[in-house]
Amino acid sequence: MTVIGKLKLPKAANGKSAGRKSMIFLLIAAVVTLVAPTFITNKFYLDVLTLIFFTAYIGQSWNILGGYAGQFSFGGVMFFGTGAYTSTILLTTFGIPPIIGIFAAVAAGAILGLIVGYMSFRAGLRGSYFALITLAFAELLRVLANSVEFTGGGVGLFLTYAPSLKNLQFDTPTGFYYFSLILLAISIAVAIWLERSRFGAQLAAIRENEDAAEALGIDTLRCKIYAIMIMGAMGGAAGTFYAQKYLYLDPPIAYSIALSVEMLLVTIVGGMGTVFGPLVGAFVLHMVNEITRNFIDTPGLSMIVYGVILIFIISYLPNGLMGLFRKRQDVLGGSLETTKNELESKDA
Amino acid sequence: MLTAAVLNGLMYGAIYALVALGLTLIYGVLHIINFAHGAMLMLALYSAFFLFKLFNIDPYAAILIVTPASFILGYVMYRWGIGKLSKGRDQNILLITLGLSIILENAALFFFTGDQQTVNLSYGYDALDLGFVFLSYPKIISFFASLLICALLWALMSLTDLGKAIRAVAKERQGARLVGIDVEHIFAVTFGIGIACLGAAGCMLLPIFYVDPYTGNIFVVIAFTIVVLGGMGSIIGALLGGFVIGITESVGGLFLGESLGQIGISLIFIIILIFKPTGLFGSKV
Amino acid sequence: MTKISDLFTSSRRRFIGGASATVALASSGLAIPTIAKAAKPVKIGLIHPATGWAAYPAAQLRYGALMAIADINKAGGIKSMGGAPLEALLGDSQTKPEIGAAEVEKMNEAGVHALQGCYQSAVGLAASAAAAKYNIPFSIDVGVSDKLVQRGLSNVFRMADGYGRIARDAATNLGEINKMAGSPAKSVIIVHEESEFGTGTAKLMTEALKPHNLEVIDTIKHSNPTRNFDNIALRIKSAKPDIVMPINYPGEYVLLAKTLRQQRVDFMASYSVLGGGFNFKFVDDLPQIAENMIDVNHWYNPASASGQAMRKRTEADGKYFTFEVYCAYMSIMLLADGFERAGTTDSDAVNAALATSEIDVDFMPYDKTKMVNGQNTGSRAVAIQAQKGDVQIIAPSKYASSKAVFPRG
Repeated sequence: MTVIGKLKLPKAANGKSAGRKSMIFLLIAAVVTLVAPTFITNKFYLDVLTLIFFTAYIGQSWNILGGYAGQFSFGGVMFFGTGAYTSTILLTTFGIPPIIGIFAAVAAGAILGLIVGYMSFRAGLRGSYFALITLAFAELLRVLANSVEFTGGGVGLFLTYAPSLKNLQFDTPTGFYYFSLILLAISIAVAIWLERSRFGAQLAAIRENEDAAEALGIDTLRCKIYAIMIMGAMGGAAGTFYAQKYLYLDPPIAYSIALSVEMLLVTIVGGMGTVFGPLVGAFVLHMVNEITRNFIDTPGLSMIVYGVILIFIISYLPNGLMGLFRKRQDVLGGSLETTKNELESKDA
Repeated sequence: MLTAAVLNGLMYGAIYALVALGLTLIYGVLHIINFAHGAMLMLALYSAFFLFKLFNIDPYAAILIVTPASFILGYVMYRWGIGKLSKGRDQNILLITLGLSIILENAALFFFTGDQQTVNLSYGYDALDLGFVFLSYPKIISFFASLLICALLWALMSLTDLGKAIRAVAKERQGARLVGIDVEHIFAVTFGIGIACLGAAGCMLLPIFYVDPYTGNIFVVIAFTIVVLGGMGSIIGALLGGFVIGITESVGGLFLGESLGQIGISLIFIIILIFKPTGLFGSKV
Repeated sequence: MTKISDLFTSSRRRFIGGASATVALASSGLAIPTIAKAAKPVKIGLIHPATGWAAYPAAQLRYGALMAIADINKAGGIKSMGGAPLEALLGDSQTKPEIGAAEVEKMNEAGVHALQGCYQSAVGLAASAAAAKYNIPFSIDVGVSDKLVQRGLSNVFRMADGYGRIARDAATNLGEINKMAGSPAKSVIIVHEESEFGTGTAKLMTEALKPHNLEVIDTIKHSNPTRNFDNIALRIKSAKPDIVMPINYPGEYVLLAKTLRQQRVDFMASYSVLGGGFNFKFVDDLPQIAENMIDVNHWYNPASASGQAMRKRTEADGKYFTFEVYCAYMSIMLLADGFERAGTTDSDAVNAALATSEIDVDFMPYDKTKMVNGQNTGSRAVAIQAQKGDVQIIAPSKYASSKAVFPRG
């Protein structure tokens, strides 16, 4: 594509060979994960994979807005919680089965994204300010959820155990494994679509230099709002998944800051703005957590090791783990990132 | 009761302001969001606690020990830790400070156990009787100590060469480098000052609160709100912002209940960000 | 005054840990070959929030459980199974329901025969439901939500009271204490934390107090965590209730008590229900505040020799004798008895044995165990009061070790 000034807009897919390699990898991964439950009889491993897929999925939602569009958020959990409450309230108050409720959750997440996105982006918030306002929104929702009757207030909402497809509840870990796998697959498809589409290129342009993008004629407001709506939609479905698996919801669970942090953590560690970054990040971090706990029983000690490893990874792999797999130009970091930092520090 | 609520809010606001002060400096000058801010406050609280428990040092007297120690810790941490490891990328600093907070919290858990610790001061329950409310001495002392520290910091920033250097770096990093200011050193000094503020805040907070490995986080979201409200990098902003938030929390709690009353904080946060993101005293976005 | 070494004692013991660490290490995926034992061990998984805001209660729960396991093994293990020893598998729920449930899966794969946990009801619900899929016997050591035993799950059991029974007992005890003093108290203000624990218990208390001529004139909800209680203190002060009833977690419990004192709020008694912060440490740390405060909670029977011995042991280990210790201990006793009477680790048999358990827990002020839908109906919560630096049971009179100081004077 074109070179404008110091910026080089990234190609949608950087050359045929890289694209084909990715597709082959994707195909293999898809087959492996699909048949995995037949070989993995250890239900704990299936459950771990399910959690990893779930975290990767919700990390990918953060990635859409944070990695691809360059807008960091600290309040991503608000979509999760709102989605969870939506489908759960529809179930407990109106008897609407979660298989339909999940779409309402997706819609609720998208609408919330629209509201928050419009208010924040319209006001011109960027960088840390935007990140913080998302945190504020998430906290606002948490406090509200605690005080309102229809969310069950502080007591929360209990779901009854009734495994069935229409309830999106499964009596074996395998069921939830496939549920989370489907969600993950959708999120990967969204990311791949993003990388190959014009919309994705626009987001990348916004990420690299928003003012230049605006000057190029890109409607940055609209693009950013679409991005946050996608993030919201994805987050909403994640909420329904969680509610149906663990059958209990209260404001601290639904709007926990920890989940907001985890979303960005796995994505940054894995590699922002990459298709598989969140998955790789989720996998590695979860494994580190499990392994350290396996060897170290004393509470706290294993987490100290985890923290050290985290710092290690981020210090030596500043582009995230995907940086190990990709060439410098492919990773949406590298030379473009340094340019951005220099530009940013200039007007800091 | 409204006056009582306002007064109480004012007292607490001063302490919130101190926590926010550290954050606003670090944020305003280094442009980094320090995820480890809460954990460092927790360390300060524990320091004050052990000084009291082991050596019988009054927490307010401990300010004289903990504050300089915190400065040194902050300086070292930035100069040879965060600054080096993050290579200047925002998201990396985020995660490094996150990793740091995980390490600190769990180290505290490992060494001190998760049990909450409080101090019992002999004058802890003596209070000034204003008729409609009792203002406990610890709160009054904290209030004035906080004001003093803010004033000292303001003097440092406005009247000293160091302060000028810090403000220069905050405004124009490359330019400051060009006139010969050791930017890395200034960053570390600023970080150190920020942590020193936390050190003082911890000492003042201990008599009226408690400490466990996770207490620091309780004050961080409020600190962020104050930073944004007052304006990044503004000391006066942090102080006044602290008062506003303290009073909002207090009055909000009075009228909406302590549970829903928390909403005032989030609302202020959102409103300020949308209508005046630079805050009351901030310079520019 | 505490020495630095004292502060490190408990953590050093945990790290070196003696039996617990080697046992746990062996039961982790490392597969260190153990010396062939006479009978295969009976594995009990312990799931607690070892990291996170509830780390301290979790540590106490683990401690109590491991103490019970060590004692039972010393006494010959499960005799009906050839002296099979109990073996603990340690799990960390990290305060999250999803992690608690994942730990259940992990322990199931590790061949666990029973589970115990989880301190937080939300985690307990998720974990015991996960365990129900495999019919693994699950003993709730601490977890007050009554939902835990109302789901019709045949694998879930709880020795201690849930908030339903505790509320009823708390109201009865208060009624008794009030009556003995000539019924001076008429009004109550409840201050509770906002989640299910506080809100649920508060609702139940309001109802339970009615037949005792005690009216709840205000219910004040506060968030978790709360940074300051000044407003609440002022609100209470202007309402002038006879009784203040806190229902919250340790941090807020202590903060509220301190603030009420600072604001010179006057009332006949602070009568908390499941007061998170009321324990020996509170009485030690803040004696003037704690003096004459009353709580209704799980408590041991100080008149029992075994209770006194357990307290001595715990304190000799550098720990406070909090309710988590003996709640965990008796929950292990329940499980051990279940295995003993079933004579096998087959879950159906064990669950059936647990459902008909009749163990007598000497160190608790309980009647003989009687399980109804998984809830022990022989349990009770007692009213305890801090008196002159120690804690006494003041109601019900059968177990009272001292007369109530009421009004607090």
